[in-house]
Amino acid sequence: MSLVYTGVLSHAPGITGRAHMVENTEKRDEFYAALEQQRRDIVETKAEAIIVIAAEHFANFFMNNMPAYCVGIGESYEGPIEDPEWLAIEKTTIPGAPDLGKRLTRIIMETVDVSYSEEWKFDHGIMVPLNFLTPNYDLPVIPVNINCQGPPLTPLHRAWAFGEALRRACDQVPENIAIVGTGGISHWPATPDSGKINEAWDREFLDRLMNHDKEALLSYNDEDTYRDAGQGGFEIRTFITAAAAAGGKGDLQFYTAELPIFAVGCTVASFCLS
Amino acid sequence: MSLYNLQKFLYELNRDESIQSQYKEDIDVLISKYTLTEEESDALREGDIGLLYVLGVNGQILMHYAAFLGVEWFDYLDKMREGINDHGAVRDGVYAMTGGGKSFTTEEDDR
Repeated sequence: MSLVYTGVLSHAPGITGRAHMVENTEKRDEFYAALEQQRRDIVETKAEAIIVIAAEHFANFFMNNMPAYCVGIGESYEGPIEDPEWLAIEKTTIPGAPDLGKRLTRIIMETVDVSYSEEWKFDHGIMVPLNFLTPNYDLPVIPVNINCQGPPLTPLHRAWAFGEALRRACDQVPENIAIVGTGGISHWPATPDSGKINEAWDREFLDRLMNHDKEALLSYNDEDTYRDAGQGGFEIRTFITAAAAAGGKGDLQFYTAELPIFAVGCTVASFCLS
Repeated sequence: MSLYNLQKFLYELNRDESIQSQYKEDIDVLISKYTLTEEESDALREGDIGLLYVLGVNGQILMHYAAFLGVEWFDYLDKMREGINDHGAVRDGVYAMTGGGKSFTTEEDDR
């Protein structure tokens, strides 16, 4: 088995860019500590590459040719695409894993049609997780995108199947690989309702996710999700894919809805691999 | 309505520094390369965040455009709210998906 770690974490530009505007600094620092622990957990697994299952925000993919799923096989990547001062993350070069990425993609293609890209500009959706999980940018990254922004979106059962395909692929290569899914649960990012979080909806989703309750996870539909969890709720696809890749129950290490300036409920969790 | 073209303008602007330079040098030349309505062109010339939001521009595109214009975070949120007050509910795009785009204004009123 070469999948050595699977977890999830939240991303949002505010997590880094608006850190100084937080009122509840104690909660913020607890969140940062949970992310630091996640970094240490990944280092302990001796991961040689990290797959980041992200929901990018029109930095690379647009409605002219929108892939449902895309795997990055580039030599390296540039990021963040956003103004570095606004995001509070310096522009940098991030190493890719082209050979591994191509081998994984070939295996994934046995069951799931994915696109691939040798070019990718990382936005906050990947840069914020990397800022915490590999702050020196010395761990090769394989970005994976699920279109969660421009409908029509891939159905949840396909996101699950994609996670299973990722797992099969990881288990057929010798390298130690960590997977993190990064998204939000309920949130209304970049809209007038930014900062709103439906905590009850989040906790119900997290219960299903931690219990590896496939049927309950796949029972959401986009209309209800939009109503109850906002456009940002479509990003549950990244968490569901990570859970499917792990195959086991989860351990919720951190969740709070008390940092609305980050415009997302803040989550850190890992999964048993089985 | 040509929301697709409007969003494509902003998508390309957001990710390409050479287009950002063109925008600053002569926005009319840049605008002429896209098929846009007068209302959309004017909204871009004026950097009218509120109207662009009502026209249906996705916040994940609009947020970065606002940052490019140097609009502070809370001003960005206020400008979208003002847009709804001035122009009505969101007309197109993902935010018009349910409730005819009225859900946000309704929730604002409920606060």
